Amino acid sequence: VSTSLLFAAAFLACAVEMVEALTIVLAIGSVRGWRSPLLGVAAATAALAALVAALGPALRLLPIDMLRLVVGALLLTFGLQWLRKAILRASGYRPLRDETAAFRRGREQAAAAASAERAGLDWYAFTLAFKGVLLEGLEVAFIVISFSGGHGRLPLATAAAAAALVTVAGVGALVRGPLARVPENQLKLTVGLLLTSFGTFWAVEGAGVHWPGDELALLGLLAFLAAVTFAFVRLLRRERLSFHRLGVEV
Amino acid sequence: VSHVRAFAVFCRDLLVGDDWRTALGLVLALVATILLDQIGLRAWWLLPLVIALLLARSLRRSTRTAPTAPTSRIRAGHPRRPDATE
Repeated sequence: VSTSLLFAAAFLACAVEMVEALTIVLAIGSVRGWRSPLLGVAAATAALAALVAALGPALRLLPIDMLRLVVGALLLTFGLQWLRKAILRASGYRPLRDETAAFRRGREQAAAAASAERAGLDWYAFTLAFKGVLLEGLEVAFIVISFSGGHGRLPLATAAAAAALVTVAGVGALVRGPLARVPENQLKLTVGLLLTSFGTFWAVEGAGVHWPGDELALLGLLAFLAAVTFAFVRLLRRERLSFHRLGVEV
Repeated sequence: VSHVRAFAVFCRDLLVGDDWRTALGLVLALVATILLDQIGLRAWWLLPLVIALLLARSLRRSTRTAPTAPTSRIRAGHPRRPDATE
């Protein structure tokens, strides 16, 4: 159970972050050429891989209970942020991310920026692609490293993230445009639920308390948090509609 | 120094986000779970309950100051507006 959920969480988290990174890279590449941004992507991917390779195995040297407590607590605060923002977007209190608009803005900025070519490299395009992939990828790296610490499944989490990276890059190369049809907020809601469930499970285990049903408790946690989440989305959506009917701007 | 500060801000944003009260509440709930376990009470149920309460409080705080999306799209179940913030 936990292996499938762990794979799904790492895959979906990486996919949703890479959709955002793809928009940045496509916007730069379509305006300023592909060589420099693709080198930026390769450099950022190598930096992230080095980070995971260095920290992932190192965590396993620590005592498992202490590790699960710390990693669980960190994953829990991190996952709750994803969940809270996704609930606010789903209920209309926050705007959804629009990849087409982000792509358009990225193209305009890339076209307006001055040329900065040195040593055969467009440094503006390289730096922007590097920063975009690195910043989006750091959250994925954090998740993969956490899964390594909490469950000792670094290869599985890394494989899931790599599969998502290849999938998004492959679809992006075929479509040659931003993946605007990907239901990003639903994916973020799902990832938020999975990260919060894993974080809660490991934090409580790390605190020395055993769950009833062992790993099956993960499914119970997921169901409880999903029910709470959908109740909040419905309540907030209804609240906003009633405010609008009364003509109150919230 | 500016790089160290920028890294510290990045780590804080990554782990705590814009709601430190929720992070603090989670830490206190974990401490309570450990203390209850030490007096022989298996409080595995405490953290999920606290998460639901903290999430409700955090959403309430956010909705007091949040920007809006068009109502017609919310009625249709698809609140969508170009995202200028993320």
